[in-house]
Amino acid sequence: MMVLEANGLSISFGGVRAIDDVSIAIASGQVFSIIGPNGSGKTTLFNLVSGIYLPNDGNIRLAGETVTGLAPEQLARRGLSRTFQNLQIFSRMTVLENVMVGRHRHERTGIMADLLHWPSVPRQNRATRDAARAALARAGLAGEDDRPAGSLAYGALKRLEIARALASEPKLLLLDEPAAGCNPVETQDIDRIIRAIVKDGITVVLVEHDMRLVMNISDRIHVLASGRTLTEGTPDQVRSDPAVIQAYLGVHGSQEAVRAFD
Amino acid sequence: MAELLQFVSSGLTVGAIYALVGLGFTLIYKASDIINFAQGEFVMLGGMMTVFVAMADVPLPVAALIAAIVTAGVGLALHRFAIEPARGASPVVLIMITIGASIFLRGIAQIVFDKRFHSLPPLFGSDPIQFGGAAILPQSLAVLGGAAFIVILLWLFIERTLLGKAVIATSANRLAARLIGIDTRQIVDFSFVVSAVIGAIAGILITPIALTSYDVGTLLALKGFAAAMLGGIGSAPGAVVGGLLLGMIEAMTAGYLSSNYKDAVAFLIILIVLIAIPQGLFGRAKIERV
Amino acid sequence: MSLRALLDNRLMPAIAIAAIVIILPLFFPSAYYYRIGALVFIFALAVVGLNLLMGFAGQVSLGHAGFMGIGAYSVAIGPVAFGAPSWLCLFAGAILSGTVAFAVGRPILRLKGHYLAVATLGFGLLVAIVLTNEAGWTGGPDGMSVPKLALFEWRVRGSDAWYWIAGTTFVVGFVLALNLMDSPTGRALHAIHDSEIAARVLGIDVARKKLTVFVISATYASVAGSYLALFNGHITPDSAGFLRSIELVAMVVLGGMGSIVGSLVGAAVLVVLPQVLTTFHEYEQALLGLIVMGFMIFLRQGIVPSIAAVFARWRK
Repeated sequence: MMVLEANGLSISFGGVRAIDDVSIAIASGQVFSIIGPNGSGKTTLFNLVSGIYLPNDGNIRLAGETVTGLAPEQLARRGLSRTFQNLQIFSRMTVLENVMVGRHRHERTGIMADLLHWPSVPRQNRATRDAARAALARAGLAGEDDRPAGSLAYGALKRLEIARALASEPKLLLLDEPAAGCNPVETQDIDRIIRAIVKDGITVVLVEHDMRLVMNISDRIHVLASGRTLTEGTPDQVRSDPAVIQAYLGVHGSQEAVRAFD
Repeated sequence: MAELLQFVSSGLTVGAIYALVGLGFTLIYKASDIINFAQGEFVMLGGMMTVFVAMADVPLPVAALIAAIVTAGVGLALHRFAIEPARGASPVVLIMITIGASIFLRGIAQIVFDKRFHSLPPLFGSDPIQFGGAAILPQSLAVLGGAAFIVILLWLFIERTLLGKAVIATSANRLAARLIGIDTRQIVDFSFVVSAVIGAIAGILITPIALTSYDVGTLLALKGFAAAMLGGIGSAPGAVVGGLLLGMIEAMTAGYLSSNYKDAVAFLIILIVLIAIPQGLFGRAKIERV
Repeated sequence: MSLRALLDNRLMPAIAIAAIVIILPLFFPSAYYYRIGALVFIFALAVVGLNLLMGFAGQVSLGHAGFMGIGAYSVAIGPVAFGAPSWLCLFAGAILSGTVAFAVGRPILRLKGHYLAVATLGFGLLVAIVLTNEAGWTGGPDGMSVPKLALFEWRVRGSDAWYWIAGTTFVVGFVLALNLMDSPTGRALHAIHDSEIAARVLGIDVARKKLTVFVISATYASVAGSYLALFNGHITPDSAGFLRSIELVAMVVLGGMGSIVGSLVGAAVLVVLPQVLTTFHEYEQALLGLIVMGFMIFLRQGIVPSIAAVFARWRK
């Protein structure tokens, strides 16, 4: 079963085709990576799939249902969640509260109950808090509950976003450069976290520049260049594709590129 | 027909003033991304100060010049002492600062001047010119001519001078402008001064027709803003067209529907434009980046 | 309950405020002080509502006096025109304000920053213009007198009666606000303030949440407006005007955006200050402008959060 299918997606900004006729199909339980040089449209593709941009062309199916044009919140309710390349943290809230917000779609109190603090509300708050703590633990952030989110280090913020997304119990999780700015140890943590997520039955789509991480962890890799699909395949296929190497660093850099991919 | 012509002429006259206020908004917005709610106070200061300086037996042109210069100083002070110290603050904070400044200037004006209505003698006498059955005040022509003069001057300045180019560069990308050696702070200073002068001139031109008092600023600021919004915020031609259009719609509403509700028109337009065509008539849509 | 448990209680601030409401009159040398107290609580009620919208959900409104105006004129027009009891008109006004907020909020809350500010400002002015022009109903620019509140056989008059009514209502409004903050809706609103896009991706219907809090805050303002009208016995369109809206926003930012206790402090400062400075009456506007500017430039967080920050540093 395909968790996510996108056919012929295109979007232009002011005449520039940021994504041009891209199709992807992601099977359940996979780690599916999207790579490509800077500006090749990876994040734009994420924004299309998660409903933040409306495609000019093409359609998107989530678990077999057409979801083209649905808003992010509607997609979230169907089990799609994501993190952001340039961090979208609720910086005025504590670490735990950030992740509690991730539970929103599972919370079941009405506005009247909330205003009057009916017994269902404290019960809900407790359930939300417990689930959020569990999500924090999965992302390796246990014990940081009451710190203001804004005071965490960059690598921890990346993991906080993952915990928040996990708290919403997604079926499909889009991770936008989770290892950007992380040192090798932190990158290994991310690797471990992603593997655990997949083990729990969540399909992961990954945009990432750290080639070692991508090659290690991916089941399939989709390569974009200038908004178009260059190729798609297993890590081994992509690694040995000369077109990929060239697109990545140009002819001059291909020597280094070969080394980087190994 | 004569009636329509009458409405058109009065609509264009106030419209020209709205256009000038809208232009002041646009200039500051372009240079600094700030919506200056005190823009209307520049208009008030221009009018009131001319009135009160002229009362001290100063010849009218000199009084007007003094008013324009002092208003320019107020504009500069507004930027230096209120906006600059809060650089990088959120839009809400900056809005509150300019609103605070607007109320402050109003409060000062009612102490320094007074709370009565004032007028100025018209520039070219007060005998109406008969045209197609409509009576047009000479001052209306002065307003239109003055507004046109300012618009052309501003356009020439932006297009033809190095400083004008620096303003454009700053509005396009502040960081890049700074990197190529443009003193962006000076550019914003400058935009406040020019906006203040434009506002003051608008105030001087309209006072013979519409009277002035310490509290005319708020309404004028909002209407100027409606004009800028109608044309597309950040677009100078848009502000001019938007201003004239708003003036006309107001005059038509007052003439054919209800003069009580003519002030409501501007706000209805603000709401409708914001909701239906947020980019305005001449503006461009913005893409949100994530 | 141990002292410790009491201090950690969620409603501790509300309990403290209730205690203040009760104890304060012991120090009032004259009825005049009841009057000031009543005014503070009435304004604080509106400010708590506006703070939920501004400080909590991060959406500015420069037209909130419009809702106060709707509440005020409801209790003025209702009894005269329809013979309805004042308290019923107060509820009707609150429902009307909520409905208007719902209708207006749907389109305008999509706007952000400057645009939202201008749109709400335009809305507030429209209300004031209608109130000024429909003189047949509202008495026009000179306003109209408001019949006294009668609860069953009790005709409410006197500042002390209003002190207790306003104080009690404020505490109730305060508790509701605290409840809201500590609930799923509250977390969602707080999240919207920091990142709308992240909130949406987590399944929060941002448009609906904003509309909810807008309606709630309009209801607060409406009730406060009704109280003010009933208390003063006379209203003019100015009570719905631009300056009043700015005053409300100034109270929010003065006390501290997002601080519910701050709402009371902000309201108290701006209600009491002009009373203290009566000799400087003509400087009132200039002073208001100066205060707004000064706080926005130098103490952006507001009084209560700034004090809290100092205490936090102390404890370390």
